Amino acid sequence: MLHTVNKSPFNHNSLETCLKYAAPGSAVLLIEDGVYAAAQGTAVARQLRDVMKNVPIYALRPDVEARGIQNRVLEGVQLVDYAGFVDLAAEHSSVQSWL
Amino acid sequence: MDEEMEQGGTIKKFMYVNRKAPHGTIYALESLEVVLIGAAFEQDVSVAFIDDGVYQLTKGQDTKALGVKNFSPTFRALEDYDVTKLYVEKESMEARGLTADDLIVPVSVMSAAEMTAAMNEQDVLLNF
Repeated sequence: MLHTVNKSPFNHNSLETCLKYAAPGSAVLLIEDGVYAAAQGTAVARQLRDVMKNVPIYALRPDVEARGIQNRVLEGVQLVDYAGFVDLAAEHSSVQSWL
Repeated sequence: MDEEMEQGGTIKKFMYVNRKAPHGTIYALESLEVVLIGAAFEQDVSVAFIDDGVYQLTKGQDTKALGVKNFSPTFRALEDYDVTKLYVEKESMEARGLTADDLIVPVSVMSAAEMTAAMNEQDVLLNF
């Protein structure tokens, strides 16, 4: 399953709940304000590092760049463009959008 | 449903995942509307309640003074539409000081691990 998260982890619990349900074999794609979770040195960085041992985490590059965090993306978070987003959706059997 | 299959119709597993409390935003009511519409298409439907979504099912909601629709009794009608798989996450329920007795309909109370397994069986997940 591909999980997408579009909310900042500092104002919503969407990411927290998503990560609770992200089982091995699934992937997480951060989009829109969700990409703030991909920055280094945040309160959620440790949790993301733990999750990335089992589940890959991606962030949508245009959203990352729009928010100016392209130079401080957490190590291990993979940046994808819109075509990459489509590939991820196609590779997984289902998509769950955490709002 | 068998007849539907013979005619070439495909039954998919749909799960509606509710994570918002009932009256503060329109999400909960919209979700219920979509569940009812979807029920007409004879798919394999389940409805999950996690985080504040659990509040949608609490007994005793009275919205008269607020002047908005109290849609909580509608959950009791879902059975008539063959929507009988209502899943509530245990941790979310307990964190809010609730038990299954506080809920307006019978539900299956599940651990996060059981809920994860149920989600992974789905063809389509719609989150609200």
